[in-house]
Amino acid sequence: MSILVGSDTRLVVQGITGREGEFHTRASIAFGTNVVAGTRPGKGGQTAIDGTVPIFDTVADAVKQAGANTSVIYIPASGAPDAILEAVDAGIATIVCITEGIPALDMIAVVEAVRRAGARLIGPNCPGVTSPGRAKVGIIPASIHRPGRAGVVSRSGTLTYEAVQAMTDAGIGQSTCVGIGGDPIIGTTFLDVLKLFRDDPETDAIVMIGEIGGSAEEEAAAFAAEHLTGVPMAAFIAGRTAPPGRRMGHAGAIISGGSGTAAEKIAALEAAGVRVADSPTQLPRLLLEAGYRP
Amino acid sequence: MDSVLRPLVREKSELQGVKIQEADAKSLLLAQGLPVPAWKVARTPGEVEAAAQTFFEAGAGRVVIKAQVLVGGRGKAGGVKLASSAREAADVGAQILGMDIKGITVRKVLVGAAADIVKEYYLGAIIDRASRRIVLMASAEGGVEIEEVARQNPGAIHRVSADPELGLLAFQARTLGLAIGLRDPLLSPFVAIAQGLYATMKANDADLVEVNPLAIVAETGADGAATQRLVCLDAKITLDDSGLSRHKGLESLRDLDEEDPTDAQARRLGINFIHLDGTIGCMVNGAGLAMTTMDLVKHFGGEPANFLDVGGGARHETVAGAMELILADPKVKAILVNIFGGITRGDEVAAGLIEARAQQARAVPMVVRIVGTNAAEAARLLTEAKFETAASLDEAAEKAVAMAQGAAR
Repeated sequence: MSILVGSDTRLVVQGITGREGEFHTRASIAFGTNVVAGTRPGKGGQTAIDGTVPIFDTVADAVKQAGANTSVIYIPASGAPDAILEAVDAGIATIVCITEGIPALDMIAVVEAVRRAGARLIGPNCPGVTSPGRAKVGIIPASIHRPGRAGVVSRSGTLTYEAVQAMTDAGIGQSTCVGIGGDPIIGTTFLDVLKLFRDDPETDAIVMIGEIGGSAEEEAAAFAAEHLTGVPMAAFIAGRTAPPGRRMGHAGAIISGGSGTAAEKIAALEAAGVRVADSPTQLPRLLLEAGYRP
Repeated sequence: MDSVLRPLVREKSELQGVKIQEADAKSLLLAQGLPVPAWKVARTPGEVEAAAQTFFEAGAGRVVIKAQVLVGGRGKAGGVKLASSAREAADVGAQILGMDIKGITVRKVLVGAAADIVKEYYLGAIIDRASRRIVLMASAEGGVEIEEVARQNPGAIHRVSADPELGLLAFQARTLGLAIGLRDPLLSPFVAIAQGLYATMKANDADLVEVNPLAIVAETGADGAATQRLVCLDAKITLDDSGLSRHKGLESLRDLDEEDPTDAQARRLGINFIHLDGTIGCMVNGAGLAMTTMDLVKHFGGEPANFLDVGGGARHETVAGAMELILADPKVKAILVNIFGGITRGDEVAAGLIEARAQQARAVPMVVRIVGTNAAEAARLLTEAKFETAASLDEAAEKAVAMAQGAAR
């Protein structure tokens, strides 16, 4: 088992005929992902990816006719909220939205609709989810992975790749890697993913990649202290040398309780027993020091 | 440097938010029917005098002259002053115009009738990441920096979350008004103002709408009787960059006077760029990796000259433009390119770098590390073009620091 995506994933690619959609669908298929459909309104009945993937006009058709249960969205920001809602309406359980630049106020309404439908949204503005050896949904490069039992959760995109590459180089494989996205309003939080990892019998260790700002890492630390005792964990927080200065967007800082610096996050994580790396390349060593044996 | 970098890396939404001037923010509030006292914008002492004259003729006892800058703390810096005559207003205007407030030259001021303030409140609407709702916050401790209130007396800040579909409901706004001590006959106007803030946010795709102070002012009615009412004496709005394209006219509210010319260039290219004080120019894809690259440059004893995130899926022309931005800084002694391709394709970046170097005005040593999507093609292009490359981020940072130090000698 893995979390969010796996061998039972039947993927529909929303926007399969676009530049990004086509490119990354090829990579997903090469990785072994079961891509059962693509959508492109008006081109239903045609095929994509050298005739291997049927195109449907709607996500509902892809669900009915191809049995899709997971969707990935490569549609520009102006159409992406609608694409998410279409997937929700079609009964898709797991929706991964790669698109960046969606207005935050749109996402407030979309996230609420996803929640009410009982679906799960990853992103937007995220690199996606990969379960090595099973499925790759999104844009995380295939080459950096190795199957294993360490879970990775990250707010960042490319920084995640850096960390996963370091793990793979050190012989530490991954159960699932989840990029949750860096936008203000996202469907699945750090904490949500930690809970999924806790309940996943195939995840034995956890790597967290955070950034300064907000309070997601502090919440994760509090959860780890209580519910993940005995699970080897390591973290990296980007932005530790960002010089301190005046606090901007103060209302946001108030809501996050005034937290958000790298020092505060690192202190919270270390207090919870999570080892924190100075560079992403140190993460594998810290996992081993925490007692993880891959 | 601190004041520039901090907000950039603190919250991505803040990084991208577009701040607009008080006068423009007031116009957006007015458009939603909120009570905002009349104002005029003046750019010369003569214009200040003429504006003041109209307010005195309309019965004002004094006028207030406020510097229009996008940085906080203008009051403390002497950028807000009162005047009792049009002549005095001109003098005050002459003092404030041209004044430097936290590195920003004051180019315009707002002139309005000075209000007879009875009590000041704080009211703000913001997108709350944690609850994924628009949250309205209010405090009876208005007119002072709300960060200070949050530190000293967080219990004095009250908040309600708007419903994602139904919006800010009247009873919620009423609850907020009651919590800060408002009663009849000011409670109903408060509800309208709070709902107006919410409407302003929705109408303009704003991240933040703040009125501080929201004030009870004493006025004399047409019949000569003393009355009190709630008015928005100040306004601060930050717009969501991602929403700008669907609001005609809002883009023009961006204050180019207060913007570094490189910011405008970066925006045209669709990249995030912040100028810093060091000698190592950085080009990275992704904000988190860009911050990490800066962290490692510092770790190896160097100083980054900038924060530069070329974004996802950068094409070769974006890369060439980004290189131009980096090289425009004469302090740059070395360049570190760190690309971990996902949606960005390594060969596109390599092509952009080769193109940029061919047009490059001055020779600056560069180390390039490209991994991930299409890294093999990138490596071939870079090797053919004889670029210095690095396999790991640590190695790239170390090499860049050595190059900068070598160039400095």
